[in-house]
Amino acid sequence: MNVHNDCRERYHKLYEKNIEKIKAKSSPYVNACREPAFEKFMQLGIPTTKNENYRYTDLSHFFNYDYKNYFLPGREDFLKAEQFRCNVPDLDTHGIILLNGFYPTLTDKLRELPGGIMVGSLNEAAKTFGDKIAQHYNRFINGDSDGLVHLNTAMAFDGIFVYVPSGVKLQKPVQVVNLVDSDNDIFNQHRNLIIVEKNADLTLIICDHTLSPQKFLTNAVTEVYVGEDSHFDIIRVQNEHNNAAKITHTFIHQEKNSTASSNNITLHGGLVRNSTHHFLGGEGAECSAYGLYLSDKFQHIDNYINVNHAFPNCRSNQLFKGVLDDMAKGVFNGRIYVMKDAQGTVAYQKNNSILLTDDAVMDTKPQLEIYADDVKCSHGATIGQLDEDALFYLQSRGIDRREAQLMLMFAFAHEVIQNINVEALRERMDSLVMQRLRGELSRCANCMVKCG
Amino acid sequence: MLIISNLKAAINEKNILKGVSLEVKAGEIHAIMGPNGSGKSTLAAVIAGRDLARITEGTVTFMGKNLLEMTPEERARQGLFLGFQYPIEIPGVSMMNFMKTAVNEQRKYKGLDPLSASDFLKIMREKKELVGIDSKLTNRSVNEGFSGGEKKKNEIFQMAMLEPKLAILDETDSGLDIDALRIVANGVNKLKTPDSSVIVITHYQRLLDFIIPDVVHVLYDGRIVRTAGKELALELEDKGYDWIRKEIETSGLS
Amino acid sequence: MENDQDKIINNVTSGEYKYGFHSDIEIDSIPKGLNEDVIRNISLRKEEPEWLLEYRLEAFRHWQTMTIPQWANLKIPDIDFQDIIYYAAPKKKQGGSQHANSIDPELKKTFEKLGIPLEEQNHLAGVAVDAVMDSVSVKTTFKEILAEEGIIFSSFSDAVKEYPDLVRRYLGTVVPHTDNFFAALNSAVFSDGSFCYIPKGVRCPMELSTYFRINAANTGQFERTLLIADEESYVSYLEGCTAPMRDENQLHAAIVEIIVENNAEVKYSTVQNWYPGDKEGKGGIFNFVTKRGLCRGENSKISWTQVETGSSITWKYPSCILKGDNSTGEFYSVAVTNNYQQADTGTKMIHIGRNTKSTIVSKGISAGHAQNSYRGLVRVLKKASGSRNFSQCDSLLLGDKCGAHTFPYIEVDNQTSIVEHEATTSKIGEDQIFYCNQRGISTEDAIGLIVNGYAREILNKLPMEFAVEAQKLLQISLEGSVG
Ligand SMILES: Nc1ncnc2c1ncn2[C@@H]1O[C@H](COP(=O)(O)OP(=O)(O)OP(=O)(O)O)[C@@H](O)[C@H]1O
Ligand SMILES: [Mg+2]
Repeated sequence: MNVHNDCRERYHKLYEKNIEKIKAKSSPYVNACREPAFEKFMQLGIPTTKNENYRYTDLSHFFNYDYKNYFLPGREDFLKAEQFRCNVPDLDTHGIILLNGFYPTLTDKLRELPGGIMVGSLNEAAKTFGDKIAQHYNRFINGDSDGLVHLNTAMAFDGIFVYVPSGVKLQKPVQVVNLVDSDNDIFNQHRNLIIVEKNADLTLIICDHTLSPQKFLTNAVTEVYVGEDSHFDIIRVQNEHNNAAKITHTFIHQEKNSTASSNNITLHGGLVRNSTHHFLGGEGAECSAYGLYLSDKFQHIDNYINVNHAFPNCRSNQLFKGVLDDMAKGVFNGRIYVMKDAQGTVAYQKNNSILLTDDAVMDTKPQLEIYADDVKCSHGATIGQLDEDALFYLQSRGIDRREAQLMLMFAFAHEVIQNINVEALRERMDSLVMQRLRGELSRCANCMVKCG
Repeated sequence: MLIISNLKAAINEKNILKGVSLEVKAGEIHAIMGPNGSGKSTLAAVIAGRDLARITEGTVTFMGKNLLEMTPEERARQGLFLGFQYPIEIPGVSMMNFMKTAVNEQRKYKGLDPLSASDFLKIMREKKELVGIDSKLTNRSVNEGFSGGEKKKNEIFQMAMLEPKLAILDETDSGLDIDALRIVANGVNKLKTPDSSVIVITHYQRLLDFIIPDVVHVLYDGRIVRTAGKELALELEDKGYDWIRKEIETSGLS
Repeated sequence: MENDQDKIINNVTSGEYKYGFHSDIEIDSIPKGLNEDVIRNISLRKEEPEWLLEYRLEAFRHWQTMTIPQWANLKIPDIDFQDIIYYAAPKKKQGGSQHANSIDPELKKTFEKLGIPLEEQNHLAGVAVDAVMDSVSVKTTFKEILAEEGIIFSSFSDAVKEYPDLVRRYLGTVVPHTDNFFAALNSAVFSDGSFCYIPKGVRCPMELSTYFRINAANTGQFERTLLIADEESYVSYLEGCTAPMRDENQLHAAIVEIIVENNAEVKYSTVQNWYPGDKEGKGGIFNFVTKRGLCRGENSKISWTQVETGSSITWKYPSCILKGDNSTGEFYSVAVTNNYQQADTGTKMIHIGRNTKSTIVSKGISAGHAQNSYRGLVRVLKKASGSRNFSQCDSLLLGDKCGAHTFPYIEVDNQTSIVEHEATTSKIGEDQIFYCNQRGISTEDAIGLIVNGYAREILNKLPMEFAVEAQKLLQISLEGSVG
């Protein structure tokens, strides 16, 4: 209880001290959301393990800590960003870099792509796209009971803005490279807003990297609006060091007959918590939520997924898989919520985890909450080891046991990877996962090489 | 080539193999028959190194080496092949990757360089034709969604790829249609060289019409109770196992 | 089809509760309210030893620091704990003992009406009964025959007098008085229940059972059951319960503790049919129960089977602590909720010993405006190598106003263990109904067949006599539509 109150007070002080500075550089609409959000935060506080949704994830170490700069970009940020290059072969994207939560260029802060697509800084967009922002910003998270979401609304300053007008299908994905790099321990909160209007199409790739070994805490909120008949994919690839905490909240609001997918691939990270919310807000909407977590050492990876069926005849599918080595801990919190009139719902959920050592831990909590009767819902969860019969089959063909284990683990992970519909990225992920499983990627733990 | 002597094995404290002795010489074809549950698959699994059954007594030597000390993969690289009665499905592991790994592991063991991709594909194509397996099957995951017969053909295809010295085929004939049976049997015959050997485990004479055994054994309640030439299989086909059971009972063996 | 089904589902709700009568029996009770004096009074009436009074008081003091748990998926109305009678007993006639051979004829009639004859010669062969009315046990049958085998089967109150050391040794060892709000309450005010001890190496020759009846108005029922199976022993234990129809809610908060030693096995079956309230959700029993078994010995086994059809609110998680190596826990459950009933029920399987195994099969059936939740925990501790759990939790929905929910918690700290959980939720299969229709079976009968088939796996786990009863009960609970 005490820790809880301390934390709240800590952020109260921080808010008081910095809010005027933040407000001065933000747009009126975004500013108008801040105070009510902060009040909500003060009611809810930083989630503790008493909170059912954080039952297995203790955030206190990261939140009860003094970070250096929290809110506004420094000059050096702008210089650094230029140096980073993503080197995934054949991956052709519209790239943007976000450094420590800010859009790090002074010019060209909002780019226009063919078809009227806008990509750039949210803070900048708020100046010229005020009406779009007012329509969607802070709309899909309001009822959320997670204090961190409201803390973000209260204090986030910048992030990514993507706008795809009606009828426009963006062929190339938009890729956001999210870098954290500083000589100080920092806490950053950024906010992304993605708007995909009617009958449009967007693939968004977000790559999370840490480039220096300091202690980092990120609390990021992404709101996505997917219009009628539209299609949206978000793929998040996380590769952060063991002293970093990454908390992401993604809210995907889907209109009638839209389809959307989310895919969280966590290769590395000290403490990672991804909460993803798909709100099926119109008849015939469909969504898929995927996740893959590969962890070792003392890493802690928590995936929270909530699919809300609010309208009839929607479909959803969840698939989360993970391999846990050393002392790592995995958490899966998945929820299918079918509202009263959402007849004709089809919803599936699956969580499979493999423990490689006796010190690894997996806690899983799949949930079905169903208030309509014409539904087909199921979930399955398994925690175990590789299938001995399959291993023997491979060995009996002369394949080394270690190699056979790798093959099976890779196949296990590939079931998630195969859903990435950007071929170059899928191949890259396959090879990263293979490296990760072979332990070759472990140097990422404290990597300062800009390997992408 | 393979010498098994007084082999005893138990699963979950239940004795399944109760003293099996058997010798297979280079170039020979042996058939093992016997009623359901008599221990045929267990024997095959023990030879291949599945640790589900615990060996309590006996020895198995293969090409002069103690087989029981080797891991399953070592046995395979020595040239031992098991065609499974129930081949397992392995989702996510592609046939192509699986076979390439297996073939190259074997080459590595023999001190050969890995096959180039094109050579590998060429061999795949040849062997697929040899056993009459549908091309599309090798684009899928190992055995995943294969029909019963397709799984069996896939076993023979893998045997063709790995060119073993001793192949143990556990009921490879069950689930095959008549044409497939002939194709598979022909495949086995073509793959057989003068110094390689085969053990076929089967319930039916019809396979033995195609793959003609030198020796036929009857495994009964964990023991080999009869060994004779190919005519034994015909006799069994005719009379079933009852007469053997009676003979054993009167001789007080069981 | 749709309309047809609606009608049928409406019919379901008109199924009558057959045990809703009230017997006119004079009662002797302690006035409403709860304080230390009431507890002293209960203890005094039961002529309890000092240590037990102390145990109660300690529990009471702890209870006062606690609040009613909110985590379940239940809407629990405020309960005024001062507005409940904590002790009510059928009045003794002319000072005779309740366990004397002459039972009050009115009492006898009551239990006969419930299908529980108290005369041994009339009773189902092979089932010994402890009949509990409100706060006291009125009759325990076959005591003498069981005693020949060394089996102790008696009311809890008698056991306190006759075997105080045994009771004292085990009471509260599996469910401590601090365990939860309702356990603390029960530990403070528990009235009667059954006590059972099976000695080493004894297979209990008959089914043991307790039948609980709430009769008096405004009264809470707080029974306590303690079951000990010594090494190499076996017992199958049954429990049934009913209550009159009343407009107000009545509280039932029980504790069952089981201890199982090396190579022993306990099978515990419950058919819970407390009054569920009427069609509008008025009245009914609030059923808050803590049941827990400790597999203390190696190769020990506890198997819980429950058929839950009654109560307006059910809050119940029969659990197994698998401490002994190779011990086994099982939980088989059918929970039917109809009208405005709410159930939040499931189990906990705590794997502590090596090679421990647990199986959970839960079937929820929800109709009317009811809400039915499965809540379960499977925890595999670090030392529990080679452990296995398999859970299957299915929910069936009849009608579009009810809800079905599944909340499993799975916590695994051990690499060599395998835990598998599966759950499905669906409405009753239209193609199955059609298939039956096509064979000339009415929709109503078809639903009956399907629901029964759905619950079959669980009903089959019950002892024969009970299985038939339970099947009838299932039909009655969903009567009209599902008969
Ligand atoms: N994993 C296992 N666990 C327990 N018993 C087993 C296991 N595997 C085999 N057995 C038992 O061992 C005995 C021998 O089985 P095996 O499969 O070797 O028989 P088989 O001769 O191959 O029979 P079939 O002709 O039906 O294939 C049988 O009684 C079988 O039930
Ligand atoms: Mg066999």
